Amino acid sequence: MQAFLDIFDIYLLEAVINGILLGGVLALLALGLNLIFGVIDVTWICYAELVMIGMYAMYFIVQYYGLSYFIAAPFTILLVAILGAALHYLVIAPLLTAPPINQLLATGGVLFVLQSFATVAFGIDFRNLGIRLPVLAFGDMNFSYARLLSFLAALVGMVAVYLFMTRTFTGTAIRAISQDRQIMALMGVDTKRMYLITSALGGALAGLAACLLVLQYDVHPFVGLSFGPITFLICVLGGLGNFIGGFIAAFVFAEIISLGGLFSDLEWGYVLAFAFFIVMMFIRPAGLLARRR
Amino acid sequence: MLELRSVNAGYGTFQALFDVDLDVKAGEAVGVIGPNGAGKTTLMRVISGLIRPSRGSIRMEGVDVVATPPHKIVSLGIAHVPENRRLFPQLTVDDNLKMGAFMKEARGHYGERLEVVFDLFPRLKERRNQMAGTMSGGEQQMCAIGRALMSNPKLLLLDEPSAGLAPVVVQQVFELVKRIRARGLTVLIVEQNVQQVLRVVDRAYLIEAGTIRASGTSAEMLASDTVKEAYLGV
Repeated sequence: MQAFLDIFDIYLLEAVINGILLGGVLALLALGLNLIFGVIDVTWICYAELVMIGMYAMYFIVQYYGLSYFIAAPFTILLVAILGAALHYLVIAPLLTAPPINQLLATGGVLFVLQSFATVAFGIDFRNLGIRLPVLAFGDMNFSYARLLSFLAALVGMVAVYLFMTRTFTGTAIRAISQDRQIMALMGVDTKRMYLITSALGGALAGLAACLLVLQYDVHPFVGLSFGPITFLICVLGGLGNFIGGFIAAFVFAEIISLGGLFSDLEWGYVLAFAFFIVMMFIRPAGLLARRR
Repeated sequence: MLELRSVNAGYGTFQALFDVDLDVKAGEAVGVIGPNGAGKTTLMRVISGLIRPSRGSIRMEGVDVVATPPHKIVSLGIAHVPENRRLFPQLTVDDNLKMGAFMKEARGHYGERLEVVFDLFPRLKERRNQMAGTMSGGEQQMCAIGRALMSNPKLLLLDEPSAGLAPVVVQQVFELVKRIRARGLTVLIVEQNVQQVLRVVDRAYLIEAGTIRASGTSAEMLASDTVKEAYLGV
């Protein structure tokens, strides 16, 4: 009996830690989406597809051109940042004053364009970097290096965004825009330019997420579906546009998935997480930390 | 310094200003008085570029304000303290002041300007890490004026600085306007509180239904029958 409990605790601890590691990457994904929503008041339905394009970029730079992972990563982040700015400039900016449903439909359209583009251009094969990172054994627990690395990189990315948003003039202006759009011109702020910078930043976060996810998952045109919906649920659970709420919600979700997976199959973890989401929507429809208006 | 010539402006099909002529000379304090809905706020908004005139010219030290993009107008030396203060309620006092120094020309002097503002409003220094939205109305008005001063403006536009404040605080706000003037700033101030504002300014314009009805020195305005009957209740 005592031996059983010891092993049980080790597994529990392993699942908790894996949940934290998963939460880091989910929080990074949620931050990008929240940033766009909080500042521009637009939801990028195609956010996960930007990540998908970034994963393909990693795949081609590493596998096709044979460059190292660490050279490919900055290129990918830059590429997806440009893609984010282009998405804003070409699709969102002309629709800024349009009803929200039109904006949703337009970015939803971009989702299908990107999926179809990837299918035509890259085919439907599952591809991977061919990098297999070792597993770290710590006591009786096993952690994948890929997850550990992703967690740390996601944390660094989030801290960098936090410093940018709180320490710089531009970051402060980005936070201010969501509180009072009309008077930004009085501060000498060109809102159009701020929206472009924010979109590029959102894209860069999607690019960073792509660099990290490509270590753990194969890339194919529909890979966005495996983490797009959960990113949206995290943002909604945390209160759309609320950075801290999204951060907490990401870890809550990740722990439910990880611990749920411990007691039965991994799929049940997801079932529990989504069930939790539905219940929470009845209890706190505006999110864990609803944005105060 | 500031020169408006036959300015017409409005919102959509509603016209709020009709052929307004107005001058502010360097070092002056000028008041704009008039009833609710006369177009006082529109006048301020059209000067700072929040709305564009449909016709007419606005010049700041000879520069065409109408041809300047709205976010560049603050660089001409015009700072606007909008009606109802419009602070960023969920930013700290520090961050609100930082936004006032956003433009490139002001960033380099951020530290000095902060000292000037804290010297003028010691209360803001005590509250620098507090969310602006949680302060009292008077403190928020200080913060709004402080934010405008961060850009080191030549001309300060004040829109109803006494609105919604307790009488004692209103007194303090007008004292502040005097102190700001003493620092050599030119001030254009819109007020419903006619008696108070005429004690602070050199000259004033009376605006009604979007047109300038009268203008003159404060003494002339105080003595004028139109002003007396309608606004001073004498």
